[in-house]
Amino acid sequence: MTKATAAIVGSGNIGTDLMYKLLRSETIEPRWMIGVDAQSPGLKRAAEEGLHTGAEGVDPLLAQDVKPDLVFEATSAYVHRANAPKYAQLGIQAVDLTPAALGPAVVPAVNLGEHLDALNVSLITCGGQATIPVVHAVSRVTEVAYAEIVASVASASAGPGTRANIDEFTLTTSRGIETIGGAARGKAVIILNPAEPPMLMQDTVFCAIPADADRAAITASVRATVERVASYVPGYRLRAEPQFDEPTAAGGALARVAVFIEVEGAGDFLPPYSGNLDIMTAAATKVGEGFAERIVSRRAAS
Amino acid sequence: MPYSSDLDIRVTDSSLRDGSHAKQHQFTVDHVTSMVAALDAAGVPVIEVAHGDGLGGSSFNYGFSHTPEQELIKAAVKTAHQAKIAFLMLPGLGLQDDIREAADNGASVCRIATHCTEADIAVQHFGLARELGLETVGFLMMSHSRPPEVLAAQARIMADAGCQCVYVVDSAGALVMEQAGDRIAALVAELGDDAQVGFHGHENLGLGVANSVLAVRAGAQQIDGSTRRFGAGAGNTPVEAFAAVAEKLGIRTGIDVLKIIDAAEDVVRPVMDGECLLDRMSLTMGYAGVYSSFLKHADRQAAKYGVSGAEILLEAGRRELVGGQEDQLIEIAAALAAKSSSRNPSSRNPSSRNPSSRNPSSGK
Repeated sequence: MTKATAAIVGSGNIGTDLMYKLLRSETIEPRWMIGVDAQSPGLKRAAEEGLHTGAEGVDPLLAQDVKPDLVFEATSAYVHRANAPKYAQLGIQAVDLTPAALGPAVVPAVNLGEHLDALNVSLITCGGQATIPVVHAVSRVTEVAYAEIVASVASASAGPGTRANIDEFTLTTSRGIETIGGAARGKAVIILNPAEPPMLMQDTVFCAIPADADRAAITASVRATVERVASYVPGYRLRAEPQFDEPTAAGGALARVAVFIEVEGAGDFLPPYSGNLDIMTAAATKVGEGFAERIVSRRAAS
Repeated sequence: MPYSSDLDIRVTDSSLRDGSHAKQHQFTVDHVTSMVAALDAAGVPVIEVAHGDGLGGSSFNYGFSHTPEQELIKAAVKTAHQAKIAFLMLPGLGLQDDIREAADNGASVCRIATHCTEADIAVQHFGLARELGLETVGFLMMSHSRPPEVLAAQARIMADAGCQCVYVVDSAGALVMEQAGDRIAALVAELGDDAQVGFHGHENLGLGVANSVLAVRAGAQQIDGSTRRFGAGAGNTPVEAFAAVAEKLGIRTGIDVLKIIDAAEDVVRPVMDGECLLDRMSLTMGYAGVYSSFLKHADRQAAKYGVSGAEILLEAGRRELVGGQEDQLIEIAAALAAKSSSRNPSSRNPSSRNPSSRNPSSGK
């Protein structure tokens, strides 16, 4: 057997989009899709693709003799908090796409290597996946005293979970900007825009930098990072050259760089404008593949 | 229905919040103390104090505050005798903790703003504000961009979440007369006794007072204005003019007209960096349906990149940007500069501020 097996828990839009990405993976075999409603379109699609489906939550799945090597959780923070200890007890690695934030936060382009053996990893937020790599790209060149991100997403792609708890988005993302991005202080803003046709996800990253920072090196570092993210999120790109501003009275003694990102979804299941959702399922796939390679090589060695 | 036994409508003065945009967020405790004292003495019943983009607005994207807004709120609460102190917050930018802190600092009216199609992101915040015993107001921003029935449905979401008065907010100053009245009427019909309805106008088409009168006639019980128009774009409905007009129409606002006229001239005007004018830029905003707070940001980017500020605003209108997307103005300006330098590499002419194309998106 050359692939690690995976269960997708949560049969909504995110789980379904993730399934199509995993079906293309060379290291992961998505074998189960678990929901709570036998009539859900996601479970039907999974059955059509040959996955085993279950509509009674994760307990029957975990009681089987043959258990998944990996679990992708695309339910809600509440459900994941209940499920996570069950996976951990069985030693099943979990990739958490909900905002539960139980395990260490992972952005594949920045710190995946540090958490390949973690039993549970959190993907932070879509805004975090899109912007933290850029903050990191700047902070590895120069000191970033403060970083601020503005994530604009199409209203149609902001689900009820995000809407019901929007502070969770801003707080979780700000924390990631600091702990993974490397900014001393972080701030995150999310804007929902209802324009028709729906806009692509757009993210702006502002970093406060020393006035004498090496701007060419910052630009080169940002470009390299964007390429790295684009290797697993093909629709991730710069909308403009990084823009620099001199220090101002209101901004303190620091200069500023602004980076403009756009994320177009791959359109696996979700429409291409929901780059915010695509970057989550793409990042989950990348993290899962990192786990899977270890699992498969361990298995080969034993 | 009158607002109370004493007032037909209740006026909120926004100059220490919406004026923050015009002042580029440089309010000091002295500014707040002098203005609150004058407005309070003139009988203005509610005075709003915050960063222009609400609590938590101090940032790269919206402009850093000179003085933390919570300090300004404390100063306002200390100064006011009869006026309630209100604050604004935008979910997605400000946090529930900001509401708690403002309540601790003595503010008593919590105003929560969302784009006019996104009311459901404010449900938690209204709930918290009510739990804290705050009076609640909801802002449906950029109300010109959606028809009355859409706004009414969004107002219902806010009212069900605990909002006690939902405002039709003409952020772009793009509503024209009956367009304001019809929107108010739709909210009044939807909300009935569940919540009041208010109107927040801008002067970008010169209609702040007229639209406010139509709003009152359509059933609005709360009206916003800013003394001396001190607000974003061409400014807000001037409180002193609205109070005078209301008195002539027999609408009781509780504001002493002569005192507020003096306050506008003697106290508010000296705090302002300049009058809020109905000039090319602000008229373009009303005409193209652009968020008024973009004005100073567009001015700055136009100067930095040597492109037309009006062109930036027109492109913002074409992209249907909503409040909060100030970051996009930088990218628009950079793109305009790149386009003009590739068209004519030898001349980048900062004085060329005439928009060459017109594609207003108002009335959508």
